[in-house]
Amino acid sequence: MSASIPFAASAQSQFNLTQGVTEVSNRVYDLHMTIFYICCVIGLVVFGAMFWSIVRHRKSKGRKPSTFHENIQVEIVWTIVPFLILIGMAIPATSTLIAMEDVSESDVTVLVTGSQWKWHYKYFDSDVEYFSLLATRQDQINNKLEKGENYLLEVDRPLVIPTGQKVRFLITSDDVIHSWWVPAFAIKKDANPGFINETWTRVDEPGIYRGQCAELCGKDHGFMPVVVIAKEPAEFEKWLAEQEQQQREAKQREQELLSMEMSKDELMDLGEKIYLGNCAACHQANGQGVPGVFPSLKGTDMVMNDIQGHIDIVVNGKSGTAMQAFANQLSMSELAAVITYERNAWGNDTGDLIQAADINEFMNE
Amino acid sequence: MSYAAGEADHNDHHHHAPSGITRWLFTTNHKDIGSLYLWFSFTMFLVGGAMAMVIRAELFQPGLQLVDPHFFNQMTTVHGLIMVFGAVMPAFTGLANWMIPMMIGAPDMALPRMNNWSFWILPFAFAILLGSLFMEGGGPAFGWTFYAPLSTTYSSDSTALFVFSVHIMGISSIMGAINVIVTIMNMRAPDMTYMKMPLFVWSWFITAFLLIAVMPVLAGAVTMVLTDKYFGTSFFDAAGGGDPVMFQHIFWFFGHPEVYIMILPAFGIVSAIIPAFSRKPLFGYASMVYATGAIAGLSFLVWAHHMFTTGMPVAAELFFMYCTMLISVPTGVKVFNWVATMWRGALSFETPMLFALAFVILFTIGGFSGLMLAITPVDFQYHDTYFVVAHFHYVLVTGAIFSIMAAAYYWLPKWTGHMYNETLGRWHFWLSLISVNVLFFPMHFAGLAGMPRRIPDYSLQFADINQIVSIGGFAFGLTQLLFLYIVIKCVRGGEKAEAKPWDGAEGLEWTVPSPAPYHTFETPPEVK
Amino acid sequence: MAEEQKYEKYYVPASSPWPIVGAVGLGLIAVGAGHTVINMSNDTEGYGVYILLAGIATILVMLVGWFRDQINESMSGLYSNQLSDSYRQGMAWFIFSEVMFFAAFFGALFYARVIALEWLGGGGNNAMTNEVLWPDFSAHWPLTETPGGTTTQGMGWGGLPLYNTLILITSSITCHFAHVGLEQGKRTQLKVWLGITILLGLIFLYLQGMEYVHAYQDLGLQLDSGVYGNTFYMLTGFHGMHVTLGTIMLIVMFFRVLKGHFSHDNQFAFQATSWYWHFVDVVWVCLFIFVYVL
Ligand code: HEA
Ligand code: HEA
Ligand code: CUA
Ligand SMILES: [Cu+2]
Repeated sequence: MSASIPFAASAQSQFNLTQGVTEVSNRVYDLHMTIFYICCVIGLVVFGAMFWSIVRHRKSKGRKPSTFHENIQVEIVWTIVPFLILIGMAIPATSTLIAMEDVSESDVTVLVTGSQWKWHYKYFDSDVEYFSLLATRQDQINNKLEKGENYLLEVDRPLVIPTGQKVRFLITSDDVIHSWWVPAFAIKKDANPGFINETWTRVDEPGIYRGQCAELCGKDHGFMPVVVIAKEPAEFEKWLAEQEQQQREAKQREQELLSMEMSKDELMDLGEKIYLGNCAACHQANGQGVPGVFPSLKGTDMVMNDIQGHIDIVVNGKSGTAMQAFANQLSMSELAAVITYERNAWGNDTGDLIQAADINEFMNE
Repeated sequence: MSYAAGEADHNDHHHHAPSGITRWLFTTNHKDIGSLYLWFSFTMFLVGGAMAMVIRAELFQPGLQLVDPHFFNQMTTVHGLIMVFGAVMPAFTGLANWMIPMMIGAPDMALPRMNNWSFWILPFAFAILLGSLFMEGGGPAFGWTFYAPLSTTYSSDSTALFVFSVHIMGISSIMGAINVIVTIMNMRAPDMTYMKMPLFVWSWFITAFLLIAVMPVLAGAVTMVLTDKYFGTSFFDAAGGGDPVMFQHIFWFFGHPEVYIMILPAFGIVSAIIPAFSRKPLFGYASMVYATGAIAGLSFLVWAHHMFTTGMPVAAELFFMYCTMLISVPTGVKVFNWVATMWRGALSFETPMLFALAFVILFTIGGFSGLMLAITPVDFQYHDTYFVVAHFHYVLVTGAIFSIMAAAYYWLPKWTGHMYNETLGRWHFWLSLISVNVLFFPMHFAGLAGMPRRIPDYSLQFADINQIVSIGGFAFGLTQLLFLYIVIKCVRGGEKAEAKPWDGAEGLEWTVPSPAPYHTFETPPEVK
Repeated sequence: MAEEQKYEKYYVPASSPWPIVGAVGLGLIAVGAGHTVINMSNDTEGYGVYILLAGIATILVMLVGWFRDQINESMSGLYSNQLSDSYRQGMAWFIFSEVMFFAAFFGALFYARVIALEWLGGGGNNAMTNEVLWPDFSAHWPLTETPGGTTTQGMGWGGLPLYNTLILITSSITCHFAHVGLEQGKRTQLKVWLGITILLGLIFLYLQGMEYVHAYQDLGLQLDSGVYGNTFYMLTGFHGMHVTLGTIMLIVMFFRVLKGHFSHDNQFAFQATSWYWHFVDVVWVCLFIFVYVL
């Protein structure tokens, strides 16, 4: 026990709770330390008394045992005193909790959606939305490459929020339960499919804050980090505007692509990239899936023969299974590419080329 | 003395155990069945422990080395299930079988045939559970808490087997509990009033009640998982008007009392051992009984402390926080009573006492971390990290498992008629004590610093801690093989044990010879 | 409890093969049922059903063997009063465990109705749940349209359910008359009332079957029509299974009565059956109130 006290004293230690960068996280940290110290004191008293008898009241020292076995006064005291201590803990705990759950009067709202195994962020009052995936390379995980500093705690597109403003998070999920956790904000909220939980933060210092999914959500639960960048409000506004612009342009490009034919090589290259980023977690890089859990795509009837069925399952998903609908996650050209890839990789070699226009046609039917 | 009285008038009865395999298959004898339960439990402890070793080996270093994430999740899940339902619960039931009839002066358990049935269901249930690991798609991989919809829509086919295996485990536990409760209510020797019963009996009485109350709820929960997965119901699916969080409410309504099911009998054991080796009567017998009752009662009102992050309304969070904190009061009463029992006694430190003392200290540390977890706003930070893992291993391993070890050493002379080897026993204790703390104490730090549980790989800042933890784990695991050796040696032979090998021990079980004859108290003994 | 001088021996059977047969049976049922369900969901042929049937058969063999032993022991006077008390208390606690089993499903019903639906409809701290995820959904019970859009119709309480309630309550009374007959040694009264009880149980089951057909065909109320149908079928279904079991137990009792078993002070099996029957009846009354009326 006592060994932990020196560590506990230092603030951002590797051995203690993160103090964090918000008012709430600091209150939480103080609460944690207070209760920890109270427990230490109680422990010292109780274990002290115990060790006293262990040392002093030994048979080997020739002691004759006393025979008392009851004392109502003492028993009442040691029922009441702990009760009072608990009341002392409950008061600050209650006020902190009430502050944490008050989501009113927020400045920015972000809808956070978990799905196996990535996060999706959507800014409520603008058109910006995107997925955020683990950026650590598979080779590092498999020990083939040296691990970087932020191993498993890095994503391709972090969430960006303004400092000094009250940011409200609406948290939900597309499939199983996830939990969105950023220790530096003292926020951990479950993402329940079909329901929306709310929480908020107000970050004082700009910086990069890292967290992870904190509810077992299947195979890659350990590979689902959260990265949040807090920027000065002006910078944040600028960033948001840029994003809006980019996403608009992407939509336009998408329209243009509809009328264009991509070559097989283009489709296969893009398709492979999309496949490895979105599909390989389940169907595996070699397309063979995991028997009994995730179906194989190699040489199966749908992939070899049924183009419409194949497009349908990728676009709309299959309800009641882990197969998600990718219609909103990928652009039409990406969908076309990945389907083309699946139909031609791993020796499937059907020769079928699917174009963005095909997807568009399917979706508009 | 009272045994001698019994001796006279049952000469007609066979005194010796029947032999051969059918003795064990067909037995109705509470001592045989107790032994079966204990051996089964130890086997499961090794199996579940071996899975823990897989977990610790994978976590020894960052990166994926030995197993893939899907298999890792299966190991975590089945480790939890096996330890809870296969190791701790059957061990306590085994102790109940052996000791309760002897402690209350009964000839056997109240329903001996059902007793045999309760036991023999278990090997089948666990064979099915373990077998499912070899199915296509793997075994259960959704944590021992099997939260929907990970366990429904998103689970592999073995879920059906998991569900039915839990069903029959539940049937076994319920029948076992009914047997215990009826034995205690109906089979006590004439003068054994309720307030004269040893605390082990009392704590099991209350545990049995908890079991009968919550195991059926678990059965209901797995049934709904089954129908959600296979029969199109949507109890846990918002699209059909259900709620995945409802699963958690139902599960934890079972789950929280379940954790007290795994600790109350431990309290009973420690309340027998500490007075014996302090040579002084237990302090505050009555308040111990009331405290146990209070813990059991409160245990029905705190379940949602496992669900603080699910987004309950504030009022509910406060209610569950307050109720949870309250449990510290009766639990504290128990701890204080144990310390007061030792106070001004004449202590000696044989192995059972060593384990019991370690229990008091380490369980209390686990209790403290439990209290910290109960504080809702801070639990948001602790929840689903290794801080929780540290908490429950303190209460379960250094709590429940240590108490079971203590009980084994304490009653081995009565069971086998031989003394165990005291030197080896102490070695076992000290090695366990050190390694178990190397194993579980640093987990607190990992958790506080932010390491989530149920992950096969972690970021670099946790590397050192995990290495230490794993080393502690291997050492603790190997040490338990020493325990196996000590027990086998003691069964095979050793110094003859007297009827009452511990001079400070109290209770009817010490009035019969060691080893206890096949049938005891066929006529009820006199109780002072 | 027994007096000091003359102590009745507590009968402890020497050993018995039946429990392990039962354990094998349960094991087979678990494996068989598991595989049956898996085969069904994958549309594959399998041996699951056969294992399941073998398991059920094993359990039947066990029940017959075990009860035969027990009846013989009982009839040859091996059982003391204390032992009868053990059986009675055991039965009482078993019924308590059944109560808790139903409590899980009633709990699901209350939770879904009072909490989950409220929240999906935007109540409590879930305004955004409704606004963002289920904008077209409004909470009402019975849930005739789920958030996902499945529709069905509610089941009224008049007609069949009401008759069934009256039938079960009556059967509880007739069961009690039968018991009084046994207590007073009036064997004819015993037989007649027991027979009527069984008949009422069978009528109940028949009507319940009719009701299911009506629900499936006319109302479109099915096991998978959302949480209303889920709770409806789970609660009435498990209750129906209990009525079936209770009726079988009553029938066995009927034949034992015909063979002249049971007397004023040797009637555990009969009493247990009647307790069980009353329990099933009380569950139905709760069900009628919470599932149908409210
Ligand atoms: C034997 C099993 C056991 C026992 C006895 C306990 C005891 C307690 N547990 Fe624990 N718990 C588990 C097994 C157990 N637990 C398990 C398995 C889990 C994880 C499940 C999972 O998610 O997989 C868990 C998780 C868990 C959580 C959820 C954490 C999370 O997931 O976020 C919480 C939160 O409140 C909690 C609280 C407590 C409390 C308050 C006690 C109290 O009973 C402790 C009381 C004891 C003391 C406090 C010490 C002695 C008292 C004194 C010396 C008196 C004076 C003290 C004071 C006034 C402070 N436990
Ligand atoms: C009573 C219950 C109990 C017991 C006794 C234990 C005992 C141990 N447990 Fe655990 N554990 C749980 C109950 C228990 N556990 C539960 C409920 C969970 C949660 C599951 C979930 O998240 O769903 C869990 C989860 C859990 C985790 C977290 C996994 C994760 O989140 O991914 C870890 C990690 O280290 C762990 C480790 C251990 C270790 C090292 C032991 C050791 O004490 C085991 C020691 C015993 C042996 C090792 C066996 C004896 C020796 C041999 C068989 C010989 C072979 C030995 C060697 C090769 C060295 N347990
Ligand atoms: Cu997502 Cu864990
Ligand atoms: Cu709990």
